Amino acid sequence: MQIAKEVNLKEGTLCYHCGDVCKKGLDIQSGDKVFCCTGCKTVYEILNENNLCRYYDLDNTPGISQKKLNSAVGSRYTYLDDPNIVTQLTNFTEGNISVCTFIIPQVHCSSCIWLLEKLYKLNKGIIHSEVNFVQKTVNIKFNNTEISLRQVVELLVSVGYEPQISLNDIENKVKYHSNKSLYYKIGVAGFCFGNIMLLSFPEYLAPVGSLEHSFKQFFGLLNLLLGAPVLFYSASDYFKSAWSGIKQRSINIDFPIVLGLLVLFFRSTFEIVTNTGVGFIDSMTGLIFFLLLGKIFQSKTYDALNFERNYKSYFPISVTVKKSGKETSIPVSNLKQGDRILIRNNELIPADAIMFNGNANLDYSFVTGESIPVPKVAGEIVYAGGRQCGSAIELEVIRTVSQSYLTQLWNKDTFIKKDEDKFNSLVNVVGKYFTIVILMIAAAAFVYWYPSSLRTAINAFTAVLIIACPCGIALTNPFALGNAIRLLGRNKFYAKNASVVERISKIDTIVFDKTGTITQTGDAEITFNGNVLNTKEQMLVKSLARNSTHPLSSRIYEAISETDVPYCSSFTEHSGKGIEAIIEGNTIKLGSALFAADNNKVLLNNDKLTSKLDSRIFLSINGSIKGFFAVNNVYRSGLDDIIVSLKNRFKLVVLSGDNEGERENLQKYFGSEGRIRFNQSPADKLEYVKVLQETGHRVLMIGDGLNDAGALKQSDVGIAISEDVTNFSPACDAILDAGEFSRLDKMIAFAKATKRIIIMSFVISVIYNIAGVTLAFQSEISPLLAAILMPASSITVVLFTILATNIMARRKGL
Amino acid sequence: MGVIIILIFFSVLVAGGFLAAFLWAVRSGQYEDRYTPSVRILFDDETDGIKNK
Repeated sequence: MQIAKEVNLKEGTLCYHCGDVCKKGLDIQSGDKVFCCTGCKTVYEILNENNLCRYYDLDNTPGISQKKLNSAVGSRYTYLDDPNIVTQLTNFTEGNISVCTFIIPQVHCSSCIWLLEKLYKLNKGIIHSEVNFVQKTVNIKFNNTEISLRQVVELLVSVGYEPQISLNDIENKVKYHSNKSLYYKIGVAGFCFGNIMLLSFPEYLAPVGSLEHSFKQFFGLLNLLLGAPVLFYSASDYFKSAWSGIKQRSINIDFPIVLGLLVLFFRSTFEIVTNTGVGFIDSMTGLIFFLLLGKIFQSKTYDALNFERNYKSYFPISVTVKKSGKETSIPVSNLKQGDRILIRNNELIPADAIMFNGNANLDYSFVTGESIPVPKVAGEIVYAGGRQCGSAIELEVIRTVSQSYLTQLWNKDTFIKKDEDKFNSLVNVVGKYFTIVILMIAAAAFVYWYPSSLRTAINAFTAVLIIACPCGIALTNPFALGNAIRLLGRNKFYAKNASVVERISKIDTIVFDKTGTITQTGDAEITFNGNVLNTKEQMLVKSLARNSTHPLSSRIYEAISETDVPYCSSFTEHSGKGIEAIIEGNTIKLGSALFAADNNKVLLNNDKLTSKLDSRIFLSINGSIKGFFAVNNVYRSGLDDIIVSLKNRFKLVVLSGDNEGERENLQKYFGSEGRIRFNQSPADKLEYVKVLQETGHRVLMIGDGLNDAGALKQSDVGIAISEDVTNFSPACDAILDAGEFSRLDKMIAFAKATKRIIIMSFVISVIYNIAGVTLAFQSEISPLLAAILMPASSITVVLFTILATNIMARRKGL
Repeated sequence: MGVIIILIFFSVLVAGGFLAAFLWAVRSGQYEDRYTPSVRILFDDETDGIKNK
């Protein structure tokens, strides 16, 4: 590791802190270390002063690039002085001690854990800090007389770990989903099951009648004692589920299970108390234990991912308001129409507003997936959700936060309606018929035996219910779907829960969002339209573009292959308009049409030049317009393959928020019969999905931005595609890593195959049940037989589903 | 044969102790983060920490 570092230093290219390439000519050094920006250097110096440089030994260049961040923290966190916000953010306060939890998305390596747990070295007020790497949170305990919450946050920012504090944290505290109660239940069930098995062995092994009578009764009563908590505590969720099914006048799979369990327990109690047998408590506890194991297996969750995020998770909690010349920060929810707000570099616009002052360059990638910033000038309306890139701007709010163009999407019915499970799982459909058939067979057994003896009739009736308990069927779903989730997760497709996989298997229509979903974010193609540029001109343009950090400039810089670039001396950047410089005596301008033409509209007297269908950057050299660079969308690699393979099996639709500029290109992929709709607002997308569903389609929606959130929520399966799965995704059912987009068709095929496996597994367990019921009908069922047959069918089913899903995943190329 | 009953009583008692330990472990949150402790344990103890405190 040490050697690698020295080599990097000699080349003088990589930042010691974050590992980014240092631009030539910028000499930012501290001692013998080189940095890419002053931010990184500052962090290093803080750590160096405090003897925390081991941070750099644990992992190579572990730091977080500081380039994009606001260099001056200044008054940014003044809202954290507000006692109201402080109480809402802290978990609890007792005397001088406060505890709070922050989400820090940047946590990525062991150095991060090390440093964040050494915070007490940087400030005496911090007592203890603990990182949860998987959830990317840090829990900080501090003495609130020595350090305020604001200082804690500023301390984190100063070492490069800016916590994510959003509106959501204020309104409802970060809640961790935890399945502690499931662990308790399985603990109790495992304990009782183990002991009961031990106590039942004498009965299994001893020759009939040789076991001393007093022992038999003692073991039986002990079994009963141990079995009761398993039935009434560990299995309580099954009772609740069966009961809620009955209340809704439907029978789900839990009903026959509960029926079987109750019959098992009461028949055993009767046998033990009346001293007529030993009962089936061992089978009952074993069954519950296996069912709970299945639940644990199915409850695989991706802790670091969040499937419930809405705009509140991304919007800031406070904003700087200018009132009679003074700047104060107020909570975003208190913003009123007419308030004048100040948005600094890298801050998010929280409400629809009119540009008042300054030059905006808004990055709407959260909303639309389009990462190229849009310039806006004074007087224009800007919509909430844009991130300012550049100097501070002043805005006047025209709509409150919840009424904005984007955010009012969340006022729609789709979001207000309680998220009830509208989906009827296959297993519950099967369970319904299964229950009816079993009750009929049991009744038949009773009627058949009744003439000979009431006792035999009751025995046969209960035996049928016991042996037919559909444990195999009940175990199929958790194990098949749970394993499918794991296999898909390995391919970077993260499903929210098991029912998502089953729902995918039913879809017949796929709706794509365009920008950011089928086009690639941040990787656009640049073409030049106009007079062909000669080598000299190309070099001049490249030299100019090198000086600007604007994303479009860097793309133009990369697009020109010339290497012999002249030095550019007088560079000026006109924020929101363009850049200009004088290079070797030539005046070069890059920017908006008006800027490049020096506001001389005559030069632009050409409709073609000012078309608004794509982003254009005009170039003028010495006052004459040479043409423009156009940024074209780049479609994700592998898109044509997926479309070809999906086209025959599904109805495909593209919904785009953009104009029709890309119609021809899209038709190349989707064919002329493909449905492509442009100029779709977030609400239009939602409505369109709704209409599809009303005409009987089951819709899978794939989108990436907050503007797709409505459609994702409305669709049967909403998949969010994300470049960085832990950082950003709208609320959805599943998150797909953008790099794996080209394998989407295989994943859908796998989900469909999983459903076939489930059906096959149902057949297997029904065969077991038929065999068992045949024996039970003759009223010849011994505890030993039950103890063998029930686990045997469960184990067969579990093994079959796991093996089959694994084989299927390999066959489908996952 | 009464001794068997006493033995069974003790064996259930011991097993109950393990159950209690498991429930305590769940309650104290040991099953909530199963990754970070595995990294944390590999950090060396401070060598210069005592001097600089």
